[in-house]
Amino acid sequence: MAGANKKLPLWAEAGLLPALNLLAAFIVSGLVIWGLGEDPFVALSLMIDGAFGFQEAIGYTFYYATNFVFTGLAVSVAYHAGLFNIGGEGQAMIGGLGLTLAVFLVGGDAPLLAILLGIVGAAVFGGAWAFIPAWLQAKRGSHIVITTIMFNFIASALLAYLLVGPLQRPGGQMPESADFPEGVGLSHAHDLFAAIGFSFEESPLNVSALIALACAFAVWFMLNRTRFGYELRVVGKNHSAARFAGIPVARMMIIAMMISGALAGMMGLNEILGEQLRLIGNFTLGYGFVGIAVAFMGRNHPVGIILASILFGALYQGGAELAFEMPNITRDLIVMIQGLVILFAGAMEHLFRDPIEHLFMRLRRKEAV
Amino acid sequence: MEFLTDIALLLDSTIRTATPLVLAGLAGLVAERSGIVDIGLEGKMLAAAFAAAAAAAVTGNPWAGMLAGVLASMFLALIHGYVSIAQRGNQIVSGMAINIAVAGLAPTLANFWFHQGGQTPLLGDDARFSAIVLPFAQSAESVPIVGTIYAEILSGHNFITYLTVAVIPLVAWMLYRTSFGLRLRAVGENPEAVDTAGISVTKLRYQAVLIGGMLCGLSGVVLSTGMGAGFIRDMSAGKGYLALAAMIFGRWKPVPTLLACLLFGFVDALQGRLQGEDLPLVGEIPVQFTIMLPYVLTVLILAIFAGRMDAPKASGIPYEKDH
Amino acid sequence: MEQPFAIETRGLSKHFGDVRANDELSLIIPKGTVHGIVGENGAGKSTLLKMLFGFYRPDGGEVLVDGVSVQFQNPMDAMGKGIGMVHQHFMLVEPFTILENIILGAEGSSDLKAAKAKARAELRELEEKFGFDLPFDEPVERLSVGVRQRAEILKALYRGAETLILDEPTAVLTPQETEQLFGLVRQLKAQGKTVLFVTHKLNEIMAITDDVTVMRAGKVVAVRKTNETSAGELAELMVGAKVARAKSREETGEHKVRLSLDSVSANGDRGHAALKSVSLEVRDGEVLGIAGVAGNGQTELLEVITGLRSVSEGTLRYDGNVIANAAMMTDPITLRRMGMAHVAEDRLKTGVVDSMSARENAILGYQREADFSARGLLKLKDIAARAAAYFESQDVRPRNPNLPIASFSGGNQQKLVIAREIARDPQLMIIGQPTRGVDIGAVTKIHDQITELRNKGKAILVVSADLDELLAISDRIAVMCEGEVVGTLKVEDADEQTLGLMMAGEKRKVG
Repeated sequence: MAGANKKLPLWAEAGLLPALNLLAAFIVSGLVIWGLGEDPFVALSLMIDGAFGFQEAIGYTFYYATNFVFTGLAVSVAYHAGLFNIGGEGQAMIGGLGLTLAVFLVGGDAPLLAILLGIVGAAVFGGAWAFIPAWLQAKRGSHIVITTIMFNFIASALLAYLLVGPLQRPGGQMPESADFPEGVGLSHAHDLFAAIGFSFEESPLNVSALIALACAFAVWFMLNRTRFGYELRVVGKNHSAARFAGIPVARMMIIAMMISGALAGMMGLNEILGEQLRLIGNFTLGYGFVGIAVAFMGRNHPVGIILASILFGALYQGGAELAFEMPNITRDLIVMIQGLVILFAGAMEHLFRDPIEHLFMRLRRKEAV
Repeated sequence: MEFLTDIALLLDSTIRTATPLVLAGLAGLVAERSGIVDIGLEGKMLAAAFAAAAAAAVTGNPWAGMLAGVLASMFLALIHGYVSIAQRGNQIVSGMAINIAVAGLAPTLANFWFHQGGQTPLLGDDARFSAIVLPFAQSAESVPIVGTIYAEILSGHNFITYLTVAVIPLVAWMLYRTSFGLRLRAVGENPEAVDTAGISVTKLRYQAVLIGGMLCGLSGVVLSTGMGAGFIRDMSAGKGYLALAAMIFGRWKPVPTLLACLLFGFVDALQGRLQGEDLPLVGEIPVQFTIMLPYVLTVLILAIFAGRMDAPKASGIPYEKDH
Repeated sequence: MEQPFAIETRGLSKHFGDVRANDELSLIIPKGTVHGIVGENGAGKSTLLKMLFGFYRPDGGEVLVDGVSVQFQNPMDAMGKGIGMVHQHFMLVEPFTILENIILGAEGSSDLKAAKAKARAELRELEEKFGFDLPFDEPVERLSVGVRQRAEILKALYRGAETLILDEPTAVLTPQETEQLFGLVRQLKAQGKTVLFVTHKLNEIMAITDDVTVMRAGKVVAVRKTNETSAGELAELMVGAKVARAKSREETGEHKVRLSLDSVSANGDRGHAALKSVSLEVRDGEVLGIAGVAGNGQTELLEVITGLRSVSEGTLRYDGNVIANAAMMTDPITLRRMGMAHVAEDRLKTGVVDSMSARENAILGYQREADFSARGLLKLKDIAARAAAYFESQDVRPRNPNLPIASFSGGNQQKLVIAREIARDPQLMIIGQPTRGVDIGAVTKIHDQITELRNKGKAILVVSADLDELLAISDRIAVMCEGEVVGTLKVEDADEQTLGLMMAGEKRKVG
């Protein structure tokens, strides 16, 4: 049948298509940059240089990428279960709150315990924040896209309240908490490199990058090697077949969303426990939304997500440098590029897929002849 | 007497804040009745708000602003239509992509043109849709109740609010009293039936999406040139999503959607009034909590009145001729 | 001079990718006749109809209407030439009234009220002429299938149809509703209309048509005058070979009750009473067939038995043990472990996950068994080996378990599903629509397999919309109507007429 020879080889599926989608998004972005009176090619080279040109830049690129691995995995786990989690932003905020509360609860006497509980706190709070939208979707059919967005607004207001109220640094004016106790924080890459005799310029890159990689592996393993992952994918593709197979659909949806929320919540490891060492209002800076672009760009596969995260890390870091060099370009532009990537990679899948599938079919027929 | 004035003020601002919600809610309704889910209301609203404020700032003319805002929104609607209809893409993803892209593009352009950190300049009264005092409002004020309602609640809104009052019956008439409306409702329920009846599904859906784009554009225009006096970053603040929730609450029907939007408008007005107020028993509610009210209400409404029982059956599903 | 034909096709062709769905079809349909088109699934009937109706454009050849070559760009063009079609799945907007459905696309006025008033007057004439009596202002979703079909026919006539194409019109009707339809078709013919009657049921062709065209594999293989042919000849022409006779049922003797339902009631998805006090028994070594017009509780019956729907009253027992009642239900996984297997009636919606590979589908429902997973981890090698074994034993083609299941034909999908379900040697098989969307070659094989299992002493319950199928493989047939079992017959005592009356709820029998 038609479907049988329609399948693309892996390199085209996982390499060519995302590259074309990205190219399309970049071309449109280039046009906007040109419209802003700047040379898009100069902008591109400035960005690449700003993202990879020197050690500090590389450190920043991977630091941002770490955030995106967490939020991208979050979006993709939910997506595999058939759910579109737009709430990464709020889940990350509440995750950061959980982390902070755990750290202050333990205090500075046992820094290692504080760090460990902080990590657990981030995951648990992030997961819990995803629970209500998940439950409402699974049990009541409430549109999860809308509820998770509402929960972003609610989380933001809640955090704002806490950071000018009970959690505010004593005597402080800014919406931020007190500093974490001495020693409670994740090691920086440059310190680790120094310890083994390499010198690396200072950057915020820290151990959470490794935790993010471990999470990516864990997600891959869960989806492809475990029964739970199999059942989760069945639920994501077909509720009726899942019930037929004895899989508790509502429960799986809720669990998947909580895993998703936990991953988003762990973004705080990088930002809060790795760099800021205190809770700041709106520290998430839209990174939760970047996760959507990253997940689509990475075809919802953990390896793809890591690569897409590095790409977006470079966009953020390079974009910051670019904004410095070109006055007409701000970091807002990167947000627009995200939107375009989601559009081309997520919503306009057929734009390049159909012609390329045709091409491959024609090539194959030629081979057959 | 002060209590009555309070109520009057509250209802007055309910009408004001409900205006963009009603327009966006109807926009979502028209699109979804044709089978296209429009989660991109938020982005279209923001784009229209920016375009309107920018054009009004440059020309000093609110009508130029309105035109620019509506066109910007319709352009985005066309993109969403192309993705949803021609590309058979995921409509939710497309809508989100538009929301995010606009959230980035609007402040970029604002910064480029006006150099005010992603805002547009403050609009003077001539450049925006300011309050229209209805005839005899001043003299009617002295008449008890009826006069108060007329002068305090009904009078003194901007042009677009009055336009909205006309748009509601117009949309309802279009949907239920015209052949076009019959076809539009049919295509959201069963596009194959429409196709085999010899009507183009594609054309109908583009028409619906463009009508939605126009209405949603107006909702953005009122935001920056009616209620506000210029464009501010993220000024739509989730109103597009609230409108969508109101539409679901309103069962995809114009009048119930209108009522749901008024409820949201009321809550929004209430939260404005509650800020800094000392309430009996609870004391002063922190502003962050009053800000949450509309969002919490949305979640509650979706929790209680959710389900797809009344949703157009084909909404969100791309139409493919070959099965 | 001879009158031109209502429809003529010359060398009409259509292909999809490599598949030649229609290959050089030449047809002649004289005016004022009822012309049958028969062919099995996939013979190309639907493609032909869609071209005649302007839904597809031909890749080659031409269509002539009244002797004039036409090129339809869309259904509107076809309607303009007097061709109307009643699709197998009705093209009705369910929340709309019949009147609204009839005028949709042919309103004739932008003011809906005026359009309706005008249509009402014209419809009254048509009603009189052809003997309809339809509730115009009733929403379609509240009407029976038979009424909906008549609304579709009236819709086509309203648009000026001279030639009516009826695509599998009896698939969802009771035998009595079918009789009514035949009456209408004769009336249409009497009024000079031409009817194209497309079906795979040969007895209907024999009953109603004047001429018949047989299609196979995208080609016309024969044209016959109906009164000069026989059902047997048509069947052989359709399949291209002598039709193999099904395996015979062996005497299996008296066996114990494997599954029993005792006054079971259950609610449907919309909260209505879908099953009303149903009592049934299935014994080892027998096939119990469940007949009924679609939507009379068969789906819910399958669901309560297989642990997918809760019971509001009554008791289900498996081998004497309670598996469900108002207070409890047993989940599908436990039921499978007890020895129940389930071939879902809607294969693509429930029985498989269409975008997953055949290999992953080979364990669906059995993913928690020790063969396929241990300590939460999948045994990938064992799963692959098992999938390969299923492909081998059932001769599933193409032999590539890594392809998505959606890319296999319906017959091959079903063979794989059956392999999966019989692999654990279940004692009770619950089978919904065993051969829906399956080509004739595979049908015989599946029927043989069911009979073989029965002969080995398994208990089998089969729900099917196809009475011929039930008559061929069942020992007893229970008939459902409006959620009730209106009677159970031994297959020796059953015939289409009796079953039809029972399906329509007009006759009850306890056997």
